Amino acid sequence: MKITIDGHTIEVEPGTTILQAARMIGGASVPPTMCYYSKLKDCGGKCRCCLVEVTKGSERDPRPMPKLQPSCVTGAQDGMEVLSGNSQRVLDARKAVTEFLLINHPLDCPVCDQAGECNLQDLAMTNKDFKSRFKEQKVTTPSEDIGPYISLNKNRCILCYRCVKLAEQLTPNRVHGVLYRGDHAEISAYIHNAIDSDFSGNMIDVCPVGALTDRTFRFQSRVWFTKKFNAHRDCPHCSGKVVLWTFGNDVLRVTARKDEFSEVEEFICNECRFDHKKKEDWVVEGPHKFGKNSVLNINNNALAAPKEVEIQTEKLTLEGRDVDRKKISMKDVPMAHLEEKK
Amino acid sequence: MEDLKNISLSGRKKAVSNKKMTFLESIYLREIVRGLGITIKHFFQKKVTVQYPEQKRPLSPVYRGRHVLMRDEEGRERCTACGMCALACPAEAITMKSAERKPEEEHLYREEKYASVYEINMLRCIFCGLCEEACPKEAIYLTKSQDFVMPTTSREAFVYGKDKLVISLEDAKSKKFGEAFVK
Ligand code: SF4
Ligand code: SF4
Ligand code: SF4
Ligand code: SF4
Ligand code: FES
Repeated sequence: MKITIDGHTIEVEPGTTILQAARMIGGASVPPTMCYYSKLKDCGGKCRCCLVEVTKGSERDPRPMPKLQPSCVTGAQDGMEVLSGNSQRVLDARKAVTEFLLINHPLDCPVCDQAGECNLQDLAMTNKDFKSRFKEQKVTTPSEDIGPYISLNKNRCILCYRCVKLAEQLTPNRVHGVLYRGDHAEISAYIHNAIDSDFSGNMIDVCPVGALTDRTFRFQSRVWFTKKFNAHRDCPHCSGKVVLWTFGNDVLRVTARKDEFSEVEEFICNECRFDHKKKEDWVVEGPHKFGKNSVLNINNNALAAPKEVEIQTEKLTLEGRDVDRKKISMKDVPMAHLEEKK
Repeated sequence: MEDLKNISLSGRKKAVSNKKMTFLESIYLREIVRGLGITIKHFFQKKVTVQYPEQKRPLSPVYRGRHVLMRDEEGRERCTACGMCALACPAEAITMKSAERKPEEEHLYREEKYASVYEINMLRCIFCGLCEEACPKEAIYLTKSQDFVMPTTSREAFVYGKDKLVISLEDAKSKKFGEAFVK
């Protein structure tokens, strides 16, 4: 099956969604996702961040689809042609979706522990000249703790259902879900029932925003001040492959490893996540690298520095100085561009 | 176009002459008298120096002095220990520790998180003002204090903690440092 996205054609298996195909291509064609999660079943179709324009339905039925389609739940068809990053209509729609997501969002990034690794922040920052037009009072609900390890701030929740799907998948009887519908919908630990699954901590990682955060890490540090190391331990419950977020010799937080789309690679158990906050518990493999250009890379040399910095100077400004330069210690400064213009 | 090298930007450019001096010129008598004349003339002119600290020059309204951490109109600390100032600081002068506000402390801190420790090393600081620019909570200002970092004899004394940085409640009430903008 062939599908063309932004002019790139690739061969995909039947049953692939447009989003998965776009991720195979990579680059600017990859739509942002807030609710789709490749590791969770039936996840997606909620947030509409991943809209794409289908300009040709398929080889058999080449009519374009009249409306923008959510790529995470739209299957690819043979001969389909899709515009993602190349279509202004798509970009405008995504911008509008972002504005909707932020309508009831508190924007308390300075307080929020998710800041710096928040998908919503990234999404908002990709809309360069974003300005909220919402003037009314925002809906606010007090934050609460669900269980001893997880803190829930409903204001920041974007109702992506990722945590609900995760709970459904990991625990036989889930104890939280989305109450009410539409404007009033809110995520809830049903009557404050604690979540007692060995893997409940993974909700923190799948939550794209700061609605579910780690209580043991609460306000400890800001993520960009920490150093991140890949580490593992022998764990009877899970793979034990984690990222340690450290400050000095203290392990402040343990999370699962995320891939370049900030989706967890392997879920980890609560014991690894919450109970092993000592460096001795872990075998450190080395610095953790982030797949994308992230604020988390600050002070991290994983990104290559530009090879050569070229300084363009007007020749008139340098009048006479090229001679001086050669006289003094700056002999090695390349003056090729000046010589050429002479 | 005239050669750039020969244009005098200050209007005072003089070509140096290598003419041989006469005997009268070479004993410099005339030049000494002339120089003394200039010195004596300045005795009778208006003085340009000021007698600091009794006398102070007016500072520009955007003068970047020592930092202050603002309080809001209800006297609560504005800073929420978000770390943006420390991130922006090119001199790495700022360190902080955050803590969670308890329910009974709501009159003390504006947000649910606050800085329990906030230190600026004034020896490291280059007074660039980037922290003020980075702050999302309008909490830290250099331009409002119009005050200097005073010299002392120990290095530790230059590390200003919250005791020195946070403005007093009276100052907040009397709006001595003006109002922070409310977003
Ligand atoms: S969830 Fe993201 S956008 Fe919302 S307050 Fe937290 S960091 Fe900011
Ligand atoms: S709490 Fe987080 S993961 Fe759950 S629905 Fe809200 S935003 Fe999604
Ligand atoms: S004025 Fe500049 S150097 Fe001084 S603390 Fe602020 S950001 Fe750092
Ligand atoms: S002074 Fe401003 S930027 Fe610095 S931690 Fe406080 S709120 Fe954040
Ligand atoms: S990621 Fe496709 S609708 Fe949310």
